Amino acid sequence: MSEIILEVQHLSKSFGKHEVLRDIDFTVSPGDVTSIIGASGSGKSTLLRCVNLLETPTSGDILYRGENIKKIKGGAPAYRTKVGMVFQSFNLFNNMSVLKNCMVGQTRVLHRGKEQAREQAMQYLTKVGMAPYINAKPRQLSGGQKQRVAIARALAMDPDILLFDEPTSALDPEMVGEVLTVMRQLASDGMTMLVVTHEMAFARDVSNKVVYMNNGVILESGTPAEVFGNPRHQETKDFLSRFRS
Amino acid sequence: MDKLSQLFQDVSATWAGGYSQYLTGAGKTILLAVAATAVGCIIGLACGILQTIPVSKDDNPVKKALLLVVRAVIRIYVEVFRGTPMILQAVFIYFGLPYFFGNGARLDVTPAAYLVVSINTGAYMAETVRGGIMSIDPGQTEGAKAIGMNHFKTMTSVILPQTIRNIIPQIGNNLIINIKDTSVMFIIGYTELFAVHKAIVGAKFVYFPSAVIEMAMYLCMTIICSVILRWWERKLDGPQNFDIATTDTLALTSGTTNYIKKERKEDMHR
Repeated sequence: MSEIILEVQHLSKSFGKHEVLRDIDFTVSPGDVTSIIGASGSGKSTLLRCVNLLETPTSGDILYRGENIKKIKGGAPAYRTKVGMVFQSFNLFNNMSVLKNCMVGQTRVLHRGKEQAREQAMQYLTKVGMAPYINAKPRQLSGGQKQRVAIARALAMDPDILLFDEPTSALDPEMVGEVLTVMRQLASDGMTMLVVTHEMAFARDVSNKVVYMNNGVILESGTPAEVFGNPRHQETKDFLSRFRS
Repeated sequence: MDKLSQLFQDVSATWAGGYSQYLTGAGKTILLAVAATAVGCIIGLACGILQTIPVSKDDNPVKKALLLVVRAVIRIYVEVFRGTPMILQAVFIYFGLPYFFGNGARLDVTPAAYLVVSINTGAYMAETVRGGIMSIDPGQTEGAKAIGMNHFKTMTSVILPQTIRNIIPQIGNNLIINIKDTSVMFIIGYTELFAVHKAIVGAKFVYFPSAVIEMAMYLCMTIICSVILRWWERKLDGPQNFDIATTDTLALTSGTTNYIKKERKEDMHR
């Protein structure tokens, strides 16, 4: 069994003639918190969606614990139970209460008993501070609350790694904090995370690896100290300078 | 006023003479319409699930071919049954089957009527459900897929419950259309409300008074159905408020529930 959770090899993705990702390589080890930063349109979200197979890569391979994800038994659904995803627009199930949102995957996909699923859901809802709202429907919650429920929903599946696709970009400024607090907490608990973000403070302070993407390629990657403290490319410097005041 | 009081007397007399026939006819109409609409919804939902199975380039050719065939069959079904009059569909099934396969293949009138109205409604519902599914935010599908649901689970747990809520007005339309349009089933001899009218008029020559009764009865049935459907819509929307759950018993007031208590109760059942 390989120590590496996720290994992306020569990944490319085109939409028609438009090449969005070119020859992407990176690995994720257990406990890694990797931030993917870069300008809009640089392919960050597409990369994350390819990792979750919401987009089919045009070429290249993704290995999950040494196994090619295209050949995993049970196909994409089985693989996705191991790789949680948190979306920019939350994507909570509108027809279910908060509690049900966190239980349905456990009962219908993992075939857990109702009581066990409920216990697990409550544990994670408590962790993200949403336990008082278990009876609410998504439409009755604020953006920050929805995103915290979405994180609890993903955690309840006991994933090996959590993917975050710009989790705070759709939030009002005053709600960004509550979601980042939860994510910091998860990182310090040792959760393996792959985070596409525009929150440079999070990338710099919480992650142990930063990937800078530009025009569909990984231009630079390394520790936050390396990328933020001593960027090697002019593009990286220009990009980062926009976030410094 | 003379005419009106005359009409009132005629209607009363006609009703007194034939109320059991009218009521039986109305019963048969409503049963047929409700059952056929329900079956039509099930057909429509099934078509919706089948039509939206995603195909990707990497799928094996057998699966791709099979999906193409399924889509083609549904398309033909919809076009044929939506594009021809129900009255002729009834004739085709009731008289066509014995024409080809002998009298043993003749369906009884009632099953034939239920069958025709059901598959006719199903054709309309298939399109309604397709539209309903398209109206749901694709993010819902992605959310479901991201926690490992396959197409069937995504549809049954997440997409169709929301679709059904959105298409209730259209289901209501179909039910009300069916209440009225099942009258064409007289062509194969199904004695619903309109057939009763024809029978009573034929025996007593009370054209207009009987029509007044029929009008009132159809309107009653459709209004009752429409009220029930509105109520169902509100029920599916759920309460506008929610209870805050808390473990702090001192903070329990009206409008809060204690979720710890519930858990303990469940523990005791174990």
